[in-house]
Amino acid sequence: MASFKPTQIPDLPKLGEKITEDTLYWKNYKAPVQIKEFGAVSNIDFSPVSPHNFAVTAFTRIHIYGPFSQEPVKTFTRFKDTAYCGRFRSDGQLLVAGCEDSVVRLYDVGGKAALRMYKGHTKAVHVADFTTGRYQILTASDDYTCRLWDIPNAVELTAYQEHTDYVRCGVTSKLNRDLFITGSYDHTLRVFDSRTEKSVMTMDHGQPVESLLLYPSEGLLVSAGGRYVKVWDLLKGGQPLVSLKNHHKTVTCLALNSSGQRLLSASLDRHVKVYNTTNYKVVHNFDYAAAILSLGLAPDDESIVVGMTNSILSIKHRKNLEEPKETSKPRRRPSYRVFMKGKNFVPKQDDYFVSKPARQHLAKYDKQLKRFNVSKALDTALEAWLRRKKPEVTVAVIKELDRRGTLKNALAGRDEEQLSRLLCFVIGNFFDTRFTPVLATTAEIVLDIYQCVIGQSAVIDRHLIHLQKLLEKEIYYQKDLMEILGMLDTMFAFSLLRKESVDQIMFKSKMIKYEPKQPFIVKLTTN
Amino acid sequence: MVEYGDIRVVYRGGSKINFRKPVISNDSRFLLCASGESVKVFSSVTEECVHELRGHTGQVTGVLLRPSNHLQVYSCSTDGTVRLWDFTDGILVRTYVVGYPVYSIYASLNHKEVVFIVTPVCVFVFAELFQLVAVNLPQTPDQLVEARDLSAVLSDVSSNPSTIAFGRGGEYLASVNNLKMEIYFFKKNKSYSFSLREYTKNGGKNTFTCIACHPKDDCVATGHDDGKIRLWRNFKQKKEYTYSTLHWHHSAVSSLCFTPEGTNLLSGGVESVLVQWRYNQENQKDFLPRLGAAITHVTVSPDGALFSTSHSDNKITIIQSCVKVSAVIQGLVKGENVTTGLLVDPRSKALVLNGRPGHLQFYSLQRDKLLFHLDIVQQEYIHEAGLEQFEVVRAAFDASGLWLATVEERKQKSAELELNLKLWSFDEQTQSFVLNTTVSAPHEARITAMCFSQAADSQTTTLVSASRDGHFKAWQLGLPAHTDGTQEWPSWSCDFVGAYHGLVPRCCCFSADGSLLAVGFQEVVTVWNPTSWELLTTLSQPPGDVRNLCFGQLSCSKYLLGSNNKKMVCCWNLLTCSLEWSTSMDVSLLLVDSRSENMAAFCCQDGSTDLFVFKPSEPRPLFSQKAVCSGRVIHAVFTPREVMLESSEESSQWLNRSQLYFLTEFMDLLTFSTKAEEEKLMASSKQLVIDDTVAMTPFYLLLGKHRHEHLGNEESAERTPLPQSSVAIKELLQTPAHVLPATSFLCSMFAKSLLISVTETSFMNSLSVLSAVAVKL
Repeated sequence: MASFKPTQIPDLPKLGEKITEDTLYWKNYKAPVQIKEFGAVSNIDFSPVSPHNFAVTAFTRIHIYGPFSQEPVKTFTRFKDTAYCGRFRSDGQLLVAGCEDSVVRLYDVGGKAALRMYKGHTKAVHVADFTTGRYQILTASDDYTCRLWDIPNAVELTAYQEHTDYVRCGVTSKLNRDLFITGSYDHTLRVFDSRTEKSVMTMDHGQPVESLLLYPSEGLLVSAGGRYVKVWDLLKGGQPLVSLKNHHKTVTCLALNSSGQRLLSASLDRHVKVYNTTNYKVVHNFDYAAAILSLGLAPDDESIVVGMTNSILSIKHRKNLEEPKETSKPRRRPSYRVFMKGKNFVPKQDDYFVSKPARQHLAKYDKQLKRFNVSKALDTALEAWLRRKKPEVTVAVIKELDRRGTLKNALAGRDEEQLSRLLCFVIGNFFDTRFTPVLATTAEIVLDIYQCVIGQSAVIDRHLIHLQKLLEKEIYYQKDLMEILGMLDTMFAFSLLRKESVDQIMFKSKMIKYEPKQPFIVKLTTN
Repeated sequence: MVEYGDIRVVYRGGSKINFRKPVISNDSRFLLCASGESVKVFSSVTEECVHELRGHTGQVTGVLLRPSNHLQVYSCSTDGTVRLWDFTDGILVRTYVVGYPVYSIYASLNHKEVVFIVTPVCVFVFAELFQLVAVNLPQTPDQLVEARDLSAVLSDVSSNPSTIAFGRGGEYLASVNNLKMEIYFFKKNKSYSFSLREYTKNGGKNTFTCIACHPKDDCVATGHDDGKIRLWRNFKQKKEYTYSTLHWHHSAVSSLCFTPEGTNLLSGGVESVLVQWRYNQENQKDFLPRLGAAITHVTVSPDGALFSTSHSDNKITIIQSCVKVSAVIQGLVKGENVTTGLLVDPRSKALVLNGRPGHLQFYSLQRDKLLFHLDIVQQEYIHEAGLEQFEVVRAAFDASGLWLATVEERKQKSAELELNLKLWSFDEQTQSFVLNTTVSAPHEARITAMCFSQAADSQTTTLVSASRDGHFKAWQLGLPAHTDGTQEWPSWSCDFVGAYHGLVPRCCCFSADGSLLAVGFQEVVTVWNPTSWELLTTLSQPPGDVRNLCFGQLSCSKYLLGSNNKKMVCCWNLLTCSLEWSTSMDVSLLLVDSRSENMAAFCCQDGSTDLFVFKPSEPRPLFSQKAVCSGRVIHAVFTPREVMLESSEESSQWLNRSQLYFLTEFMDLLTFSTKAEEEKLMASSKQLVIDDTVAMTPFYLLLGKHRHEHLGNEESAERTPLPQSSVAIKELLQTPAHVLPATSFLCSMFAKSLLISVTETSFMNSLSVLSAVAVKL
């Protein structure tokens, strides 16, 4: 006696993007908090010390936000013109910012007025940063120069005039207090050593450079400009390592995650892309509402802060993993005693052992199918959670009923509520290509059975009209697709003209004449 | 008929065992069933075939225990004889020549030495008229007896053996035919007949299908076409008979049987459910569901402990008291159509073909035993007539036996064709095939051919499937996904879709090294490069669709052979891309032996089939035989031999490395065997029976061992000749036990014969002989 073979639920390939560890990690953020700023948000910088406040430079102000507050903790407003590049010092005490009016201002995070003003640049200063030595400031300006300043005396120490266009980005080395790198609109990246007069290394990016990033090890440098993100090996004398072209507009901002395993790039095309730094493949993608100008990642990736041209600051906080667990109590399981009952019994020597056949566990619908209760099997397969969470199970049961030749019996004799539930399921999953053949036969049988009662129930009629409209839409859509396919085929055929003989092209052009199948539109209109 | 003398066609196993009701011996140890031209004796415990009772020259149509001696069995056959066998030893005791083809046989305890047989009314007219005849079996000691003492009992009976039954220890005999039931009482010598209308009010068909009589009570159970069972009582009067109806089966009841005490009634039908009805409490019934295939016969052992059911898939199931299936005896399943053809599993060297619905069967040719069924469809089989089911239509093995590809399809009347391509990988741990990939709807139309790349050493395996939708697709195993632990096994995916002028590909074939793929598109043969999927060349031939394609092997690998439906065989040379030779031959099957250069072609002519074995490079065939068998040969396969034969004769050399098996239209599995091979077989069987002077009994085993030791100790001791030359002993040992006179009578004669010598050794021998005699008696 063979055991009952349960219904085969096909292991269908998942549609859409694949779920990887990265998608799980980067999707684990709450809905973004959006804050309206006064103008385009040009820079975001996180304080290196706890509680990791971040400075947001927007228009003529710099706001400092706490990690969870939605109101600024502190505001610096004493700018004559647009402020740029508000950055913290490594101890989180001081903040430096450039300005459109060419003056660089230094603030105490606790105070209000500027502690020092550094005057010397002749045009807007877009880059300002502290060196690792903590007592010097690097600035770079639209007057093609970059300068080093002494903090206490407000004296210019050195000026480098090597760039031939606006200097819009720069980073200081965290390991060496004399080293810094600037990128300019003249397409070059230059590495400077404050102990020498000239730049020590020059690299050509090929596009106006918008952003620079040094790896924690400082062996690799990432530059963004135009649509490209390029990685340079500094230890090999500035050899280009990779060139990434994943955005379709200018890349404006770069960031590394806390582990250094993932690189993030933000662009004017409203996307933030996450790359794996071992193979430089895009592993995740964030979409935003407007062109992105600035991007910041909190330590431990606790939050992602993005500033956009429409002066919106979007803050995404990481979900806390412990929260959902506390809400749902674990179901109480049968006690240990129940499981162990009779398990540790040792048979005596003369005992006759009666073997008990292992009981086959069957799903609810399989139990009904085993008893040939076809209507009940369909009912159990159409249970709410099953048809929503696992439509493939419901479809498999319908298919099984069809195979047994009893689908008509199972579908017949249903009242309004059951029928509308069935139609809802059919409509909801009709255009899933994996289910279409099965659901098409189901819809045909339903129409055959219930055509005499059409018009008696408003609910059913509404569903049927909905289905008809959907079908018409789908048919037009398919027609369009076929046309496009035909066009593509012609193009391919002509591009292969030289390689292949003429008759094969004749064959390919034959393939263009597709005719979309229309089995049911006819039926629906007759009804 | 051209005879090559030493090569002949041999019938190789796989005959039906479900043709007639099996018989269970009184001690429930053996089960006997008619199988082709012999009766097979199976052990009901180990499922092994213990004896095969050979002797009939026609199909055996019935097996029956002799009522007066439960160790003997009657068998009847269409060759017009009834034979009596001793089934424990497998000896033919007597042959009764009746002279008419016998279709079934019955006997009862009441009628000593009389058997009832069903024969055609008139042998000369080929009409469907049969009669039940009583045959008086003459009691003579001869081996061959003419039994011409026939007397007709009932005329107009059915040839189906389940339509006649003896009731209540042989007091009466009941027979059903179409809509009429006839009950014949032997004492009164009178028969009553009852008839039913053809259709009931509800539209069910009333035709009788089978009958069973209660062993203790005057009650007859009949089965009907509409699934009803009627219990007839009080049928001793013509008018006042009554019947009650039991209805559970939804289609015709094919077999009915009462248990020996009459407490239960067993019934079976298409549903493949054994139903056990309590006698007199018919609303209580037990079921044994899902027995695998439609039940054709139900039998009960004389002690009522074992039931056995025969099934339409050539299977006999032995059931212990309606609870547990204890043994399954499975023959070679032969459905209506072997669509997959014959294949050979490269690993187990088993023959693979369609088995029961939705399965592939692996059949061991050496042991003539079914090894196992591989469930391809993996769906519950619904036993209902007229329901379209998934069928396995194509299967292919790769060269190493690591991969198996199967195609299953289900054709509905109105809806589209449902196709599934499944790829199975061999699992070393479980030693069976495990499903790897399922491709639903791999093609838009039926798949016409499928083959694996034959190269055994290549890294990637390629499968090519050709379909009626005008495309052929190449499938390749993907690389293992190493990124995550979620998917361990690589799966198959489509690598290339090829087409040629919208023509329909009918056959495809890989060359032996896997470097070329030939696809036959109707009249054109295209040759492709499987690595770059480039069309290398096209070979055209005189009009006619290409039916078979195969590449030459080994030294003939430069040749490509094809046959078409316009009676032509062509051979192309692939080096020059030109036709090497062609000949006019209506080849229905063309196949290549993978172990040698030989090719075999089966030609169909005037209802019989000719075979030609040839090398593509040589003009003369190596071997040819006209009229290999009657009817068309549908499928054939070369199976590699495990031990190579050392035959020097030119005509039989082609059988040295492999054997050729073929399946005819009538589903007979045949093969060729050489003289040398048969002699070897004969020699081995002789060896087994050589020391037959003493029967193999437990007593002998004990004593024999003792004797051997004894001989070992005293090798120098002179051995006197065994007294086997003595006439008395010879007579004693060679006559069957049941015709011997009483032991007391024999004793003095026997003792006298032992007086020849008085040495110790001969005494021991005589003791052992005595033991043999004692056991025999």
